[in-house]
Amino acid sequence: MSLAVDDTILGQATRDYPFSKRHCLSVSDFHRVDIENLLRLGEHYLNLDVQKSPDRSVLSGKTLINLFFENSTRTEKSFELAGKRLGADVISMQVASSSIKKGETLLDTAATLNAMNPDLLVIRHSASGAPSLLAQKVECSVINAGDGMHAHPTQALLDALTLRQAFPEGLDGLRIAICGDILHSRVARSDVALFNMLGAEVRLVGPPTLVPLDADMWGAEVFHDMESGLQGCDVVMMLRLQLERMSGAFVPSKREYFHYYGLDRKKLGFAKPNAFVMHPGPMNRGVEISSEIADDPDVSLITRQVETGVAMRMAILHALAEAQPTSAEQRS
Amino acid sequence: MSALSIVNARLIDPASGRDEEGGLVCEDGKILEIGDIIPRGDIVDARGLILAPGLIDMRVRTGEPGLENRETLETASRAAVAGGVTSVVLMPETDPVIDDISLVDYLIRKGSDLPVDIHIAGALTKKLDGKSLTEIGLMKEAGAVIFSNGSQPIRDAQTMRRLMSYAANFNALIANRAVEPTLSEGTVAHESNLSSRLGLNAAPSISERIMAERDIALAELTGGRILIDLISSKAALEAVKTAKAKDLDVYSSISINHLCLNEVDIGDYRSFAKLDPPLREESDRLALLEGVNQGEIDVIVSDHDPRPAGEKRLPYSEAASGAVGLELLLAAGLSQVAEGHMDLMAFLAAVTCNPADLLGLDTGRLNSGAPANFVLIDPNKPWVCASNNLKSRSKNTPFDGRRLTGRAVKTFYQGREVFSL
Repeated sequence: MSLAVDDTILGQATRDYPFSKRHCLSVSDFHRVDIENLLRLGEHYLNLDVQKSPDRSVLSGKTLINLFFENSTRTEKSFELAGKRLGADVISMQVASSSIKKGETLLDTAATLNAMNPDLLVIRHSASGAPSLLAQKVECSVINAGDGMHAHPTQALLDALTLRQAFPEGLDGLRIAICGDILHSRVARSDVALFNMLGAEVRLVGPPTLVPLDADMWGAEVFHDMESGLQGCDVVMMLRLQLERMSGAFVPSKREYFHYYGLDRKKLGFAKPNAFVMHPGPMNRGVEISSEIADDPDVSLITRQVETGVAMRMAILHALAEAQPTSAEQRS
Repeated sequence: MSALSIVNARLIDPASGRDEEGGLVCEDGKILEIGDIIPRGDIVDARGLILAPGLIDMRVRTGEPGLENRETLETASRAAVAGGVTSVVLMPETDPVIDDISLVDYLIRKGSDLPVDIHIAGALTKKLDGKSLTEIGLMKEAGAVIFSNGSQPIRDAQTMRRLMSYAANFNALIANRAVEPTLSEGTVAHESNLSSRLGLNAAPSISERIMAERDIALAELTGGRILIDLISSKAALEAVKTAKAKDLDVYSSISINHLCLNEVDIGDYRSFAKLDPPLREESDRLALLEGVNQGEIDVIVSDHDPRPAGEKRLPYSEAASGAVGLELLLAAGLSQVAEGHMDLMAFLAAVTCNPADLLGLDTGRLNSGAPANFVLIDPNKPWVCASNNLKSRSKNTPFDGRRLTGRAVKTFYQGREVFSL
């Protein structure tokens, strides 16, 4: 096994507890130690000097395929960039113009891709569970870049990394409110799992039509009004509310939603002074968050989340590649 | 404003259970003292008549805005005070529908000059389409006291579930008609021996029970507050009783028509007795009266629905359903009391303090500090209802020509006499 980076932070961190996961499908697949190691590696790549001139041998000779069945800007591009910076050959499949549009099933696509011998497959799909189905059928590592309303583990990791930067003493004991459309959010589900694992107290805030009935059993306290939900929070994470959900099916109108759940100065005032604001993007300004807050560099971590995204994804690719058996091992 | 005293009255206040001789003093629109009082200011001798809180009618349609040929707020308020009613809740079925804060605000301001309290039932869905949620939070802040889809039930269970959980967040009360549309659509009468002989498309009682049970189950799931609106059958009453035994936030209302009349009143296709829900069997009526006496039915409403004669004088199945009732709610109820079918205190509770509690109003009770809205009632006065003498703009009533016992003699609103027989 190549230990070219043994002297790096991953090598040191994983000496006693080697990273051994083949896939990155869901936060709950990882042990807390794995998460800590991933975050430490992410911190390493956050250093722009390291990021811009990284060790390109880490993924050299590896092939990364981006398979995005749903549109994405930041996630797809950050995986592409992360793969390229670490020396991988990166292919982004254009789902819209591929044979998938001609009626090929997911498993047929998987078989086709598998025949090309990729090493890393990044998938986003609108059906919950699609990445884990794919993982059973291909021989490479599968990274879930968002599946339906189920999970978005790399987003959760980059959120955690962003918070570690903002709170150097760690997430332990932080009170974090995740607000808005919890029901349809894979980010919320992954964030709750990860933040809990890292010792934070998580709250979910949203109208009852947008919070699953049993969300209080996820390990988070549920609130239906911002004033009590944000009380004493160190971090407020707003979620996107899709426009088609605002016209009566879940929420009566943009106006009423912003009135009760949109984050403005007044509602942010219910949280701790100097609380930070996050948003996984893309934002609906004036619906779930006011521009005044989103653009305030003193409170908003939103652009930093994107910055962190590339570093965190480099770390994930790096760790998964390290855990892969070398071709010599495979042959034996 | 000078003081006003009522003396020698039989004070009945269902909220406190008070039923005793005495009087009250009011000043500045509020009741100051009640019971054993020292009269001052203008004095009205009640001569032993009943003094009760002004009635709250929780289900009133007017034609304002958009259908003023049926009824305006002004004509409705005259009918109301003539019937001892001092608070009305306006249904959202107007043109345009009351589904927006600006209309709620407009009607409340328009009603502020009238001798009755005007309250608003906001629409549950936009344009009453049964699908899209309205701004329940903002409308409640603007003053809407209840949310209703009018005469159309919310058909889709998923929509109803979301409405109930959304409304629960604001502790808003939702009313839904107990009608399963797939069983009741296109029907004009109660399904029975009589309607089948008459050859009328008929709705079974079970239609009410199915919708009531669905809404009760959803209330249990969501923690919402639901008013099972306008029950007319034993079957629906049973469902409500079971829900109440489980301590759910489930309430029910009934129209005065269904406590006084039965299917036989449609007789020879009398379209003025065509109502929605349809008049049902005598056994239903007696069970529902017992439901009022036992407190299982929370609210009695007039279901005031003014219709010009042109909409009623049509072949029975083509005629509009509905009847005016603001002026007759009290008298028709008192007649059932006089006949020994209904308990006076239970009846008055269902038109005063019960609706006040459901809607969170400070009216509907006689105590010091409460608004001085009350009515002097002669419970024994015999009279004959003549629809032409009704104060409503529309005169459609199934009680035309009926002999009634008891009526309002004087009505007071904010300490002022606004009606005298």
